[in-house]
Amino acid sequence: MIHSLFLINASGDIFLEKHWKSVVSRSVCDYFFEAQERASEAENVPPVIPTPHHYLLSVYRHKIFFVAVIQSEVPPLFVIEFLHRVVDTFQDYFGVCSEVIIKDNVVVVYEVLEEMLDNGFPLATESNILKELIKPPTILRTVVNTITGSTNVGDQLPTGQLSVVPWRRTGVKYTNNEAYFDVIEEIDAIIDKSGSTITAEIQGVIDACVKLTGMPDLTLSFMNPRLLDDVSFHPCVRFKRWESERILSFIPPDGNFRLLSYHVSAQNLVAIPVYVKHNISFRDSSSLGRFEITVGPKQTMMPKSVLNMTLTPSQGTHVFDPVTKLLSWDVGKINPQKLPSLKGSVSLQAGTSKPDENPTINLQFKIQQLAISGLKVNRLDMYGEKYKPFKGIKYMTKAGKFQVRT
Amino acid sequence: MTDSKYFTTTKKGEIFELKAELNSDKKEKKKEAVKKVIASMTVGKDVSALFPDVVNCMQTDNLELKKLVYLYLMNYAKSQPDMAIMAVNTFVKDCEDPNPLIRALAVRTMGCIRVDKITEYLCEPLRKCLKDEDPYVRKTAAVCVAKLHDINAQLVEDQGFLDTLKDLISDSNPMVVANAVAALSEIAESHPSSNLLDLNPQSINKLLTALNECTEWGQIFILDCLANYMPKDDREAQSICERVTPRLSHANSAVVLSAVKVLMKFMEMLSKDLDYYGTLLKKLAPPLVTLLSAEPELQYVALRNINLIVQKRPEILKHEMKVFFVKYNDPIYVKLEKLDIMIRLASQANIAQVLAELKEYATEVDVDFVRKAVRAIGRCAIKVEQSAERCVSTLLDLIQTKVNYVVQEAIVVIKDIFRKYPNKYESVIATLCENLDSLDEPEARAAMIWIVGEYAERIDNADELLESFLEGFHDESTQVQLQLLTAIVKLFLKKPTETQELVQQVLSLATQDSDNPDLRDRGYIYWRLLSTDPVAAKEVVLAEKPLISEETDLIEPTLLDELICYIGTLASVYHKPPSAFVEGSRGVVHKSLPPRTGSSESAESPDTAPSGGPAADQPSVIPTQGDLLGDLLNLDLGPPVSGPPMATSAVQMGAVDLLGDSLMGDESEGMGGSGGSFTPAPSTTAPTNVGAPLGSGLGDLFDLTGGVGTLSGSYVAPKTVWLPAMKAKGLEISGTFSRQVGSISMDLVLTNKALQVMSDFAIQFNRNSFGLAPAAPLQVHAPLAPNQSVEITLPLNTVGSVMKMEPLNNLQVAVKNNIDVFYFSTLYPLHILFVEDGKMERQMFLATWKDIPNENETQFQIKDCSLNADAVSSKLQGSNIFTIAKRNVEGQDMLYQSLKLTNGIWVLAELRIQPSNPSFTLSLKCRAPEVSQYIYQAYETILKN
Repeated sequence: MIHSLFLINASGDIFLEKHWKSVVSRSVCDYFFEAQERASEAENVPPVIPTPHHYLLSVYRHKIFFVAVIQSEVPPLFVIEFLHRVVDTFQDYFGVCSEVIIKDNVVVVYEVLEEMLDNGFPLATESNILKELIKPPTILRTVVNTITGSTNVGDQLPTGQLSVVPWRRTGVKYTNNEAYFDVIEEIDAIIDKSGSTITAEIQGVIDACVKLTGMPDLTLSFMNPRLLDDVSFHPCVRFKRWESERILSFIPPDGNFRLLSYHVSAQNLVAIPVYVKHNISFRDSSSLGRFEITVGPKQTMMPKSVLNMTLTPSQGTHVFDPVTKLLSWDVGKINPQKLPSLKGSVSLQAGTSKPDENPTINLQFKIQQLAISGLKVNRLDMYGEKYKPFKGIKYMTKAGKFQVRT
Repeated sequence: MTDSKYFTTTKKGEIFELKAELNSDKKEKKKEAVKKVIASMTVGKDVSALFPDVVNCMQTDNLELKKLVYLYLMNYAKSQPDMAIMAVNTFVKDCEDPNPLIRALAVRTMGCIRVDKITEYLCEPLRKCLKDEDPYVRKTAAVCVAKLHDINAQLVEDQGFLDTLKDLISDSNPMVVANAVAALSEIAESHPSSNLLDLNPQSINKLLTALNECTEWGQIFILDCLANYMPKDDREAQSICERVTPRLSHANSAVVLSAVKVLMKFMEMLSKDLDYYGTLLKKLAPPLVTLLSAEPELQYVALRNINLIVQKRPEILKHEMKVFFVKYNDPIYVKLEKLDIMIRLASQANIAQVLAELKEYATEVDVDFVRKAVRAIGRCAIKVEQSAERCVSTLLDLIQTKVNYVVQEAIVVIKDIFRKYPNKYESVIATLCENLDSLDEPEARAAMIWIVGEYAERIDNADELLESFLEGFHDESTQVQLQLLTAIVKLFLKKPTETQELVQQVLSLATQDSDNPDLRDRGYIYWRLLSTDPVAAKEVVLAEKPLISEETDLIEPTLLDELICYIGTLASVYHKPPSAFVEGSRGVVHKSLPPRTGSSESAESPDTAPSGGPAADQPSVIPTQGDLLGDLLNLDLGPPVSGPPMATSAVQMGAVDLLGDSLMGDESEGMGGSGGSFTPAPSTTAPTNVGAPLGSGLGDLFDLTGGVGTLSGSYVAPKTVWLPAMKAKGLEISGTFSRQVGSISMDLVLTNKALQVMSDFAIQFNRNSFGLAPAAPLQVHAPLAPNQSVEITLPLNTVGSVMKMEPLNNLQVAVKNNIDVFYFSTLYPLHILFVEDGKMERQMFLATWKDIPNENETQFQIKDCSLNADAVSSKLQGSNIFTIAKRNVEGQDMLYQSLKLTNGIWVLAELRIQPSNPSFTLSLKCRAPEVSQYIYQAYETILKN
């Protein structure tokens, strides 16, 4: 199981280590540093690195490498999922997950890590339960603790820990009972030069924020549940009812959680909501090239030899970073009557031949109140409690990994 | 206020100050001090000196303080074992605490203190906790057994904790079950033989029930445990599959993959005809696709596993090609894996799409990725025949980009395409040759050389191309050297006339100037092959190549089956069985897929069983080669014989012993039994005069002082230079053949044109058409001084081993001296083989003439010969061509003649001579018509000299 965890910052310093079994010397990280050196960018460090006696599994989040050390055959996904859970927990506790904040809260971090694993076995990874065991630091609590001498550490067994609904604590009380659901869909797409779609798929999630008193039992039904044939549920969802009736029936965790995520393949995709017209050309002879983009692009990666770009947008602001060769154009709102465009010239490094590769346009956009797959919630009902909750559903479509090749 | 304050130090010394604070009366101050200690500990500072002071803080009702002290204890107990004992009492007391949280914490911490003395005290509290009324304590205690086992395995067994742990599998609480399974699995890992997880249908049922209710991590443990179970029949397998399937919709990818493993394994037992089998296949695809929308690290592990799944059951993902399309900001490790799977899924249906994508990738920035993309195009061509043409044209387009590494990769894959589809796309060779100069990577150079060698007959300047590589032979990598050697040998076998020099050059480079044993051995093998038996050499070197397998780098089926059992583990990431890499795996149990059982037993259909590796389907060319190699190696085993020729010499006579010293040994009169029986085979006439370059050194040519041309001897041609000095490090050999009173000899003049003395001469013939072999060793009595010549008459016999040569009268000779071994070939006039008793009886002649079918008759014109019939007759008689009858028909003289070759072949001739016409007509009849051509040459030679 998981032996140790090292947190390493971008400059290669180990700023935190935690061992759940015997202590593994931090020299084991040397193998990681080697791999890091070989990789051109931090993102390209391979997630599994073998060393003579251990295996290093790492994830790179928020400019921090979370490196887990294992010694025997352990499912790597188990380790990586756990590392993600660590990241999520830190974010949940401290609002952001950064080297500074972890250093500032090192004792809480240490206590939390100790609760999350025992002898390398996951113990408590639900943020609800962790927060009962170790209370997140808040200014108010720090003040209260200093005055009363009480502690951050709960001295009672977390109530949800062993019940059939481990994700929910008992005795939840709210004056305003609310349940909000956000249907967020991201389009991952590759559009080729000519504008036709090579691949497109929708990654959807329903994130919930449920603040309801007591033990509510909710059911959520859809107008068109047949869209959802590839779904992953939060453990609270009763799978049997979904299988038989295609409705989501669950006792929700308290607070924010991801109710389900789903995947809709390209066949169901009606239309790509934006289009991009581009004309980027480099010329062999002169060190100048032409550049023109129309409609909603936001980011373009230019070849290495590009020195600078002189561009005029019809709207929005644009920035070209000569080091990373990244051109960003923040378009703003698109007015269908007057399509935004970005035009100008590209200056190339003198003496170099024209670049072999074509830049790729990375698109970011948001469309409010639309789920592009056409998914619609029919109704939300609550059983088990008497009060009338306030319910809300929001839809949003975003670009995920949306790329236009030129 | 943040924790960073704990890192500030004061002048007095940190430890000193902390000590004071730890011993403070104020709770709050104590706690702050412990926090400071912990903070120092986390960044690797040594605060072990504070051990007694920290342990003193343990006795407290403040849970946070207690936990902090425990954290400290776990870290430092090992370095201070005696002090750690002080903590035992508190632990034992805490295990009795009414608060289950405290009880669990105590037993959990105690297990983490890896000190023998403490573990002894741990047993009693642990036993109690394993039976605690609170499930939280029980599940913590279960893990503690695994910890204790790690420290002292014997103790755990003696105390019977293993049995208690097994009982916990039947616990009412799913979390306890999951932890018990996890603990048992970990213990079992270090005890592969022990049957700890004794799974039976009842316990499986318990696990399946717990599976639905426990945490995500518990589900992973249970699923991994289930995967080790072997259901007794297909019905049980199906019912387990049905209960595991809902896990595919879990948000935790590790749960999903573990469920996939169980399903993939148990599916093996299900009959394919079953409806459920199809349903299950359909259910497996979506979760795998979903894994690919996760974070890149998860994607990577998922892709490595999908790679296995696609090989085992390609039908699952065959429609999901698009999800493997690469996005430009995917990390490189994801890109490479996706590409691999794209190739595996490529089929006729989607090839167009795949190719378009690959072409797009080939223009990306990342070099590794571009290379692999180009390679992938080649793999597509090999896999999907219909696409080959498109792939080749795509590759040509890419070559036109002139991007160096793209060109090189393209050439490497085009080589494979040539292998797969021989004689189909050779039109592109010209384009490839244009890029010859830009190749700087060994693999690309080797590929290009292979192409040139393989298609030498279609490339006009193949010899020039190869020669250009030869210049820097020693700077090339071994791969290129080996390929160059083979290519030149191929070239030689295809165009022997122009490339002899080249092949000698490369052979000597490979055998003499190289330290690489592979290269040297291959050089020797070729050399020997060429000198022993060029026909066999042709058969071996230019043999039809085994087809290359359709799928490249497939995992071997048995390994694949084993790896399927390890889906989701490190083994599946490395594509190696755990035994190959897991540290200290003490006899890891090899897992195997369950055999298919049940009523409708059907053999694994071929579409799912990947075809065997290339080794399995190689045609029989290879064994032949093996035999041949065996023969060649035998040669070396023959004992070196010196002195008088021995009749006992090896069966492999006539083979030139290239390795040197025993060169003289193997020749003898008693050689070989097969000599003499010349069995002709159909052949075509080949260019003559292969190895006798005329021209230089004419002065020596007519040095006819030797005892040639005596009375009863047949015609002897003037000596010609056989081996020019520049090719043989200064040794010049000229010579001719003669026949006198029934004995054949080779008249040689050896001239030393080097600056050093030559000695230790020896000669050896390669097998030839008539079994010519030296009848005695080459006798050069004194060392040959510079600029000195020596004349030698080497007696020959015709009992050497026989191999048909092209041309028929070709003789390959090896001459050795103290400097080196040299090779040359020459053509001998056939009349040296005409025996003295070649006169046939008249009756016999008539009968034979009639008997030989007319197809065997060949006519030749001998022009510009002014001799009359009698002169002709007597001249020919001198060379053992006997006139049997002479007739005058309509003013023409008809001579009927016979001759016999050393191997017993009779040749009958009718020579028509018109007195006014200088052209004779020669009709030859022979049972072996292929000799006729050479008989005619002999006639012409004799008559004109």
